[in-house]
This record gives sequence, C-alpha cells and structure tokens, in this order.
Amino acid sequence: MLMDHYNYWIVVVLMMTGFYIVIAHGNLIKKIVGLSIFQTSVFIFYISMAKVEGGTAPILEEGIRQYSNPLPHVLILTAIVVGIATTALGLALAVRIKEAYGSIEEEEIQRQDNLDC
Amino acid sequence: MAAPLCLLLTRPRMVWLFALVVSGTAFLTSILLLQQVMVSGTIVYELGGWKAPWGIEYRIDQLSAFLLLIISAVSTVVLLAAHTSIQQEIPASRHRLFYVLYLLSLAGMLGIVATGDAFNVFVFLEISSLSAYALIALGKDRRALWAAYQYLIMGTIGATFILIGIGLMYQMTGTLNMHDLSVRLPAVEHTRTVFTAFAFIIVGVCLKLALFPLHLWLPNAYAYAPSIVTAFFAATATKVAIYLLIRFTFSIFGLSFSFTALPLQILFLVLGLLGVFVASTAAIYQTNVKHLFAYSSIAQVGYMIIGFSMTTATGLMATLLHLFNHALMKSALFLALGAVMYRIGSVQLSQFQGLGRQMPLTMAAIVIGGLSLIGVPLTVGFVSKWYLVLAVIENGWWPVAVLILLASLLAVVYVWRIVEVAYFKPPLAANESVTEAPLSFLVPIWILVVANLYFGIDTRLSIEVAQAAAQSLFGVSP
Repeated sequence: MLMDHYNYWIVVVLMMTGFYIVIAHGNLIKKIVGLSIFQTSVFIFYISMAKVEGGTAPILEEGIRQYSNPLPHVLILTAIVVGIATTALGLALAVRIKEAYGSIEEEEIQRQDNLDC
Repeated sequence: MAAPLCLLLTRPRMVWLFALVVSGTAFLTSILLLQQVMVSGTIVYELGGWKAPWGIEYRIDQLSAFLLLIISAVSTVVLLAAHTSIQQEIPASRHRLFYVLYLLSLAGMLGIVATGDAFNVFVFLEISSLSAYALIALGKDRRALWAAYQYLIMGTIGATFILIGIGLMYQMTGTLNMHDLSVRLPAVEHTRTVFTAFAFIIVGVCLKLALFPLHLWLPNAYAYAPSIVTAFFAATATKVAIYLLIRFTFSIFGLSFSFTALPLQILFLVLGLLGVFVASTAAIYQTNVKHLFAYSSIAQVGYMIIGFSMTTATGLMATLLHLFNHALMKSALFLALGAVMYRIGSVQLSQFQGLGRQMPLTMAAIVIGGLSLIGVPLTVGFVSKWYLVLAVIENGWWPVAVLILLASLLAVVYVWRIVEVAYFKPPLAANESVTEAPLSFLVPIWILVVANLYFGIDTRLSIEVAQAAAQSLFGVSP
C-alpha cells in the first residue's frame, strides 16, 4: 500500500528537504537551490498525478487507447519555465548582493545593514 | 485585455509616453467594463475561441471589474509622475527596462483579476511577482537588493503553495475553470485532499497578502524600492492578493465549506486585529517615513481581513471599500514621499523638518492622506472605517469595534509625528534651498488627494459597486 504511491513519497521528501534548506541555510545560493528542489517536487507531483495506470504518451496513433492525462504535463511545462525564471532572477540578485555587500551570507548582510542604520 | 499590453512592450523609444497611453487605455477599458458589468452582469471572454472547460476564459464579474478599475487607475496616475521621479532614482540606462517591468507587472495583476482559470492565476501571479522583484531591486540603496531577495524567497514559496493547492484541486475535480470548480467541489468537499488544497492556497495567498505574521518581507521591500514602484505596489499588490483570497474562499470553495472546514473566521479576526495593532505600533517607532507607511499598510491589510472574517455582506463590502480607499490614500502618500525624495534625496523623518513651509502642497497632501488613514470624516478613510465598524456591530462583536477605534488612535500617533516634524520645527540648514516639488509630481498627487476627498464626501459610486460585488459573491455561494 505504501509502496504503491512511492512517487508521492518522493514528492513529500523532496518538498520538505527543499523547504528546510530555504529556511535553515544562511547562504543565498543554497537558499535558491533549496527553492528549486521545493519547486521540482511540485513538478513531480503534477506529473505523477496525471499518470494513468498502463497508459502511454498521448499520441494520435492506431492502437493507442489509453493514455496519460496530458493537461498537467502541459501545465507543468509552464511552471518549469516560471521556476527557471525565478532561479535566474534569484541568482542574478545574489550576484548583485555579492557586489554590493561583498558577501552572500545572510548574517553578514544583516550585520552590515544594522551598521548602516 | 492584458495580453496585447505584453506584445507591445518592445518599442524602444518614447517609452514613458507609450506606457502612459497603454495604462490609460487599460483604465478607460476598465471603466467601460465596469459600466457594462454593472448593467448586464458577468462577461465571459474565451481566449483563442476555445470553449470554457477546455480553453482558458476571462471572466469579469462586478468584483473583478472593480479591482481592474482600481489597479489601472492607480497605475495611470502613478505613471504620470514616473518620468520625473525615476530620473533621479534609477540610472538612465535602465529607464526603458523600468517601464517594461512596470507594464509587465501591471499586465500580470490585471490578468490575475480578469482570468477565470485557476492555473492561469498562478501564471499571472508569477508574471507580476517576478517583475515586482526586479523593480524593487532597481532601488538606489543596496538594501533594496536584499529586500528584493527576501521578497523573492517568500513570494516564490507562497506561489508554489498556491500551485500545490491548485494541483490538488485539479486532481479531485478534473477541471481548472473557476466556475466548474465551484460546481464540482461540493461533491468531494469532505475529502482530505480538498481540505489540504484549501489550506495550501490560503497560506500561499496570505504570504502574498502580507497578513500578519507573514508580513516580514513587506516593510523593507516597500522602503527601499524606487518611490514610484512603492506607490504602485502599495496600492495594488496586496489588493490583488486580497482579491485572490476572496475569490478562492467565496467563489471557488464556497462560503459554507470555507468557513466550516477551518476555523477561518476566528483565525482571520485574531490575525487581522493583531496585524493592526502590531503593525501600527511598529509604525510609531520608525524613523524612515517609507518604513512608517509600509507598516501602516500592513495594519490596513489587517482591517480588510477583519472585514473579510465576518463573512457577512456588510463586512465584505467594508473590505472592498477599504481596498478601494486604501489604494487611493496609499498611492497619494507614497507619491508625495516620492516628491520629497526627489527634492531632498531622503525620506528619513529627521529630514522632514520645516518642510511644511518649503513644500506646502506636498506636505498638505501627506497630511490629508494621513487624516484619511486615521479615518477622519470627509476623507475616504472615514467611509470604510464607518462601514467596517457598522458591520462589526451588526455581528454583535462590540469588543472588536472598540479595538478598531483604539487602533485608529495609534494611526493618529504616527501621522502626528510627521506633522510635528514638518510644521513645527525650523528647516534644516542643509535643506534651505529646497522648494516645492515639480508640477509633474503635484498634478498626480493632487488628483489622488482630491479623489480621496471626493470619494469621502460623495460615496455613491464606490459603495454602490462594492455592495453589488459583495452581494453577487454571496449570491454565488449559498
């Protein structure tokens, strides 16, 4: 029973791993990596949700009767693009933060900000 | 309506004028739309000619038309001042990018409000948020970068939560169309999956909404972004999130499910009140005026959530009214701050000394905006507070009404601090040469201020629309 849904277990594990990294790590790059893992788990979730038992890819071809639901797959393509954009923007910000502060550690940045005030 | 805006974005020259025209057109369109919706009811536009359950549709009812009007109006007025303001705050090479991002963000917000498809909401949400992160990072101060980064992390987590929620809903119902969802969800509403989906969506939206205690990203993001960006976002971004909250709880999940599945009513009431008090108190202790008003924004979101938590038509109407009014006052205030920034180059409270004499019109605008925040009669703030208190009393929650009035007193304190410094202290030596803000600032600021007063006295338009929207929401969900 538990093993039937093993991709959902992977989703949950990945999701929590990513979320934990985002919260626990002070390094900006690591935070973004965590965020990506978090988002990826959602992609897997959508994809496994659409899989139909014994189904193939949805192609117009003789003999194919049962196929997976293509809609979530298409949706997740969009979401992957969004994820890439977010990661890119986050990394770009990290680069500029490094230029401005000389550090990508959260604590160090907070310390410098406190000095400014 | 939003899509053509994106297509036209690549024009390199005369961007400001062009952006203004685009935003103005959107404004005119939304006025027409609102009129039409008020007369003839919901409009449905099928994207690409595909019928609703398969294709994506835009569905405009009273609520969304109302929001479209607010967003496009604020964006147009704010853009009027943008040209002057960004000259000083953003390097010239980035001006073009600024307008591109601004329009993208506008398109995203209009899209969220107009769309009738749950997944499309996520896409538009990300369009507007990604451009928002970039816009905030354009700020002059290096802290803007850090603020944008924090906002990015929080915003993405919020959006991903919403995505998970939408996925779970799709799994249970096999549709993404909001209207279909609302029809099919009741059949499966007792399952744990729907319950989880609802929880994910609420938490995700609340992150975007900056509802206390998920507000941590907001003050810095508002304080260090370029002034124009702050004026625009303060008036629109959180409003769009509130729209989503209303849309998901009322139209999609339905009132009876939303408020029985989770103890939402009491939860939102407590969080709203806490938000009002904590944020107002925090505002009193700020030395940066932009920070001050950012905290006050969180407090105002608290008021809206209180109205929302009552789940009565009057309460919801108060929320919608406050949404409209808060957009007016906050955009006026932040624009006025933008003018101060333009002249002095700082918005520290200590720099405001004597500005009452040097920039009388700008400071008068801040005072009127502040009075409106407090809720003094003849300003819009009074109208929405009045209805909010009325709704609370209607529900018989006397202590809450008292607390709301007490919280208004906190607003008196923080507005007074600005007034005191600006009018009763001699000008700083360094600022002697400061004069009134240029006309390109004064005109938009005073348009907003006059709107503040006008809608505070003649409340027919805003109330009528808010009432219609609130009632239609309650009509949809039995």
